[in-house]
Amino acid sequence: MTKRSSWALPYAIFLVLFVALPLILIMVYAFQDGSGNFTFGNFTKFFKDADAIGTFALSLEVAIETTAVCILLGYPAAWILANRKLNKSAVTIVLFIMPMWINALMRTLATAELFHVLGVQLGKGTLLIGMVYDYLPFMIYPIYNILNKMDKSYAEAARDLGATPWQVFWKVQVPLSMPGIISGVMMVFMPTVSTFAISEFLTNNKIKLFGTIIQENINSSMWNYGAALSLVMLVIIGITSLLQDNKKEVSGGTV
Amino acid sequence: MKRILAKCYIWLLLAVLYAPIVFIAVFSFTESKVLGNWTGFSTKLYSNLFTGTMQGTGSLMLAIKNTLVIALIAATVSTLLGTIAAIGIHNMRGKGKQAMTFLNNIPMLNPDIITGVSLFLLFVFLHISQGYLTVVLAHITFCTPYVVLNVLPKLTQMNPNIYEAALDLGATPFQALRKVLLPLLKPGMISGFIMAFTMSLDDFAVTFFTRGTIGLDTLSTYIYTDARKGGLTPELRPLITLMFVGILILLIVINIRQIRNSSNDEE
Repeated sequence: MTKRSSWALPYAIFLVLFVALPLILIMVYAFQDGSGNFTFGNFTKFFKDADAIGTFALSLEVAIETTAVCILLGYPAAWILANRKLNKSAVTIVLFIMPMWINALMRTLATAELFHVLGVQLGKGTLLIGMVYDYLPFMIYPIYNILNKMDKSYAEAARDLGATPWQVFWKVQVPLSMPGIISGVMMVFMPTVSTFAISEFLTNNKIKLFGTIIQENINSSMWNYGAALSLVMLVIIGITSLLQDNKKEVSGGTV
Repeated sequence: MKRILAKCYIWLLLAVLYAPIVFIAVFSFTESKVLGNWTGFSTKLYSNLFTGTMQGTGSLMLAIKNTLVIALIAATVSTLLGTIAAIGIHNMRGKGKQAMTFLNNIPMLNPDIITGVSLFLLFVFLHISQGYLTVVLAHITFCTPYVVLNVLPKLTQMNPNIYEAALDLGATPFQALRKVLLPLLKPGMISGFIMAFTMSLDDFAVTFFTRGTIGLDTLSTYIYTDARKGGLTPELRPLITLMFVGILILLIVINIRQIRNSSNDEE
């Protein structure tokens, strides 16, 4: 059996070439100027650029708000779906999962068109609503999964021991469903903080998000500045994924 | 009372969630150029889409073909690469295994835009001109981890003695692989393939950064460009509707399969 560990070799080479090296290249390009000399210039440029900083802050704000609204709307929905007394049919669950399988770009365009026809002014409000539309299923699904697997006797025990329904919810159910919430936060926060096309459609190009700035710089051959901005985003993503560390129990995104 | 309230909440949420897509589907059955303006029932947009009388149909059909071909190649290569890798990783120990698992997780954790930009820089760095090949390579990069993740559990569940028994009974390693190992891994490979295929179909950002400037379009990039030019082309309404129905059917089939599989497991 031991010989067969060598079967991983082709993929190991592939991973180094297409995953590790590209990430290293982001760092290399981020600390270089146009002619390949070492510099911190790309980062000082970013921190001095009030527009870029503003966009960065706005992106974080929109991502945090979207995630918060998704938790507020999604948790009750997941709870109802996982509750056998309230929901017996599997159809509703499939209906909630299905949007995850449809191209986000298409769903966003449909949403933007609907706003347009309803005469809603495109702006920050529509951006938030549209993002919640796009990512709510990604919050519901992991929470539903964990609530569905949860041992109901914990809640019963708490009730028998005299806890009020409110206490049962906050002291038993929420802590036990934390891995699901964390997965949901990752699956909503990560794409919203890094999106570029979606925000363009939902605001009619009025509001720029951080992803759009990265895309514009890369497309106009400002690779070094683009790489520096990508590195800033990678740091944000890295910090977010620390949330998850050992709590990999729920893997979302699959049906 | 609580039940009714809960049901109301769920169905209200679903209604709001599906409103845009239903809206597009409804207006795919009218000829009006402007969305939201009902000019009577008509299937003209559908026939336009299929007979190619709409503006720019050639490039749309090409984009659909590209999307499918790229997804098929990427999913097939990922399934092969991922399955072989999973067998290897399963037999690894210690640091090496940790490193492989870590690297394998990166493309799944990374946002699309980072994967896209990093691969773009790789191809610039290696002076590889970007086009079909680079898009396919990029898709294989973010698809393979899902195959590995689907095949690994099947290997852990497997009784290692079965493979040894086949060898003891005189099977060549290749026969043991084909007749014993592969059938056991097949369910994992199939779900890995399906996931890889849908991931590739769905991708926009990575394709956007790795397709170069040769004018290669997949459906996502086509729709992006089209919508940026000012509003959705009417013929895209029936296309979105059809894709929606297609995915609905696919999802139902997968769910039935899963239910059947889990009831088999229980037996």
